[in-house]
Amino acid sequence: MASFDQELDASGLNCPLPILRAKKSLSAMASGQVLHIIATDPGAVKDFEAFAKQTGNQLMESREEGGKFHFMMKKA
Amino acid sequence: MSEKKLAIIATKGSLDWAYPPFILASTAAALGYEVQVFFTFYGLQLLRKKLDLKLTSLGNPGMPMPMPMPVLLQALPGMQSMMSMMMKNKMKSKGVASIDELRSLCIEADVKMIACQMTVDLFEFSNNEFIDGIEFGGAATFLGFAGETDICLFV
Repeated sequence: MASFDQELDASGLNCPLPILRAKKSLSAMASGQVLHIIATDPGAVKDFEAFAKQTGNQLMESREEGGKFHFMMKKA
Repeated sequence: MSEKKLAIIATKGSLDWAYPPFILASTAAALGYEVQVFFTFYGLQLLRKKLDLKLTSLGNPGMPMPMPMPVLLQALPGMQSMMSMMMKNKMKSKGVASIDELRSLCIEADVKMIACQMTVDLFEFSNNEFIDGIEFGGAATFLGFAGETDICLFV
């Protein structure tokens, strides 16, 4: 797994909370820093793709592991 | 990237129908949209300081019920409050945000909320029954912004 600067555990949260929490975390980070997001909402997979596309932040990684979804988001 | 815009008209004041406007508004704001929501008629309930939203299964055969129940039973006193409580508990257990939480997130994200002045007067609400930071306006106010949006929804 690539390295990251900050971690956000959004396990158990449902749409749209993982996106909203991620946005909040990213706002406090510097450009180029990476946020590792953990979620259990299966809808988050498509949602983080759309989030990245719309906001310009880069979704470097999106994978499932042990029933959880992991995302690496690099702040634009 | 140029800023996209979303406008929503919220006309319903029940617990279930409170979700679409607040979910879309808060998410759009997180995606960088400029968002305005115009609350009219029963939608004004969503702007009250103290939220006491309920839902009803009456006239709504699509609502999944934990057990089959004749409509006449669903109409008994106390059933609406009980079903609303059950739904709130279920939402909490599934990690669905509360309306209070989503509304706070909208305010935090600078979603502009406008209460329809005409229906505020019609229902004889006073302005201090509503949360701070909202504006009061009419159809022309809404259309001024709606005309420039990328997405415009009626809920």
